[in-house]
Amino acid sequence: MEKITVPKPRRLRRNLTILTVTLLIVGSAWFAGFNLFEVIGNLYKGSRLLGRMFFPPDISYVPRIISPMLETIQMALVGTFIGALVALPTAVLAANNFIKTKWLHVPLRFILNILRTIPAMVLASLFVAVFGLGAFSGVVALAIFTFGLISKLTFESIEAIDYGQVEALMSLGANKMNVLRYAIIPQILPQYTSYTIYGFEVNIRAAAVLGWVGAGGIGQTLEYNLAWRNFDRVGTIIIFSFAIVLIIDLVSSAIRKRLV
Amino acid sequence: MEKILVKKERNPLKTTLHTIYYLIVFGLIFWGFGGIEYKGIMQTAASSINALLDGFINPDLAYATNTTIDGLPYAILETIAIAISGTFVSAIISIPFALLASQNIVGQKVSKVGKLIVTMIRTFPELILALIFISVVGPGAPAGILALGIHSIGMLAKLFSEAIESMDMGVKEALESCGGNYFEVLFRAVLPQVSPELISYTLYRFEINMRAASTLGLVGAGGIGAPLIFAIRTRSWERAAIIIIVLVVTVTIIDQISGRIRKKLV
Repeated sequence: MEKITVPKPRRLRRNLTILTVTLLIVGSAWFAGFNLFEVIGNLYKGSRLLGRMFFPPDISYVPRIISPMLETIQMALVGTFIGALVALPTAVLAANNFIKTKWLHVPLRFILNILRTIPAMVLASLFVAVFGLGAFSGVVALAIFTFGLISKLTFESIEAIDYGQVEALMSLGANKMNVLRYAIIPQILPQYTSYTIYGFEVNIRAAAVLGWVGAGGIGQTLEYNLAWRNFDRVGTIIIFSFAIVLIIDLVSSAIRKRLV
Repeated sequence: MEKILVKKERNPLKTTLHTIYYLIVFGLIFWGFGGIEYKGIMQTAASSINALLDGFINPDLAYATNTTIDGLPYAILETIAIAISGTFVSAIISIPFALLASQNIVGQKVSKVGKLIVTMIRTFPELILALIFISVVGPGAPAGILALGIHSIGMLAKLFSEAIESMDMGVKEALESCGGNYFEVLFRAVLPQVSPELISYTLYRFEINMRAASTLGLVGAGGIGAPLIFAIRTRSWERAAIIIIVLVVTVTIIDQISGRIRKKLV
């Protein structure tokens, strides 16, 4: 019987990659001073804190966190709404298949990229310094962050549309506005809606911690109670906001699944 | 010329439902606007913005070239180190969670429970995790690594399980029919098939973790966040500006590199 020999693939490149990645990981862990034994040895300290937070949480504190929690949801709603509203026209301008002038979409994308690299928390602390403490600064930060996120996702969808519809309309002599209205917007609308809901999910999570830098919402209550070491109240806040975020997350992913 | 008219189908029930949806959404947004109190811009806003712009024009270059432990290069490297280690930790832990959430591995009922667990991990804020881990290992980068490592499981396990669910089941069945045991099936059929996607998602999460690592410093979990917030709070805009500039540049470079690798992989 003939023997089938499979030539061995060249392993050098693969092994070099594995070596580099391993070195990177080990090097980072060493640089950051990560010691697994220390972590395991100190786990009991963490369980002590968890015990003070959750066993038992201060249930009587619930009525007083409802209003900051509602404020958190309001912040996320308004931030998402403003961000998504501005994102749609920006995405149309940033896509390279609808408007083919390079001087417009290259700088726009550059700005969008920069916006997405700045964490919402940093934006919020900058706006707190300008607008003062409160939910307004948080909303502005969330709106800008959402704008960057949704614009990017949407312009990528616009670039991936079925271009046949656009050509069909153009061959009938439709102008740019008509192409936009009847060929582009209907095609991206489900995705855009889905991205907006996704943005809301991200924002509700972000809004819950933005208060840390004084930008309103439940985070402010959390920070206050941590500073006073009221750990049982901290536990209540964590459980409560976690439940709300989880419910919103489950509902919105169910809606998104039906959309796209 | 004949006019072509296509009659639009109208379903009264659907139209009413849509109207109700729109009303709910707009009602929610109006309610939201009602809750955001606009107190007016602070009187010092104009001068703060001026000072901020001034800071961006004259960033604190001495801080950027300070190579000691208090300087910017060290803080940025520490942020990158936190992101790399945290991503690695979560990529490893995510695999069992992903298997638990995959319908074609553990069956429908178990996978629903697995998916719920993964969603719960994802919604738990990383800043709170960082606080809990600070109580374990003390303030510093290790707490940040653990927080990112645990938090990222939520997203990675979800994406991994989606990759596993869409894989070709033939290979797994072939191995099973030859009498392969559970681990042989896992390491010879499941993981080799999904590994390009796994690596790609891990890199994507690394990009996200780079941003997350830069805010963990807020609660004392190491990285660039602490000096940044300190600079903003004390309004030393020259220093805040140089940190933001270096952060944006670093994150952009890392995004570009990891984006290139991801494109090659899938």
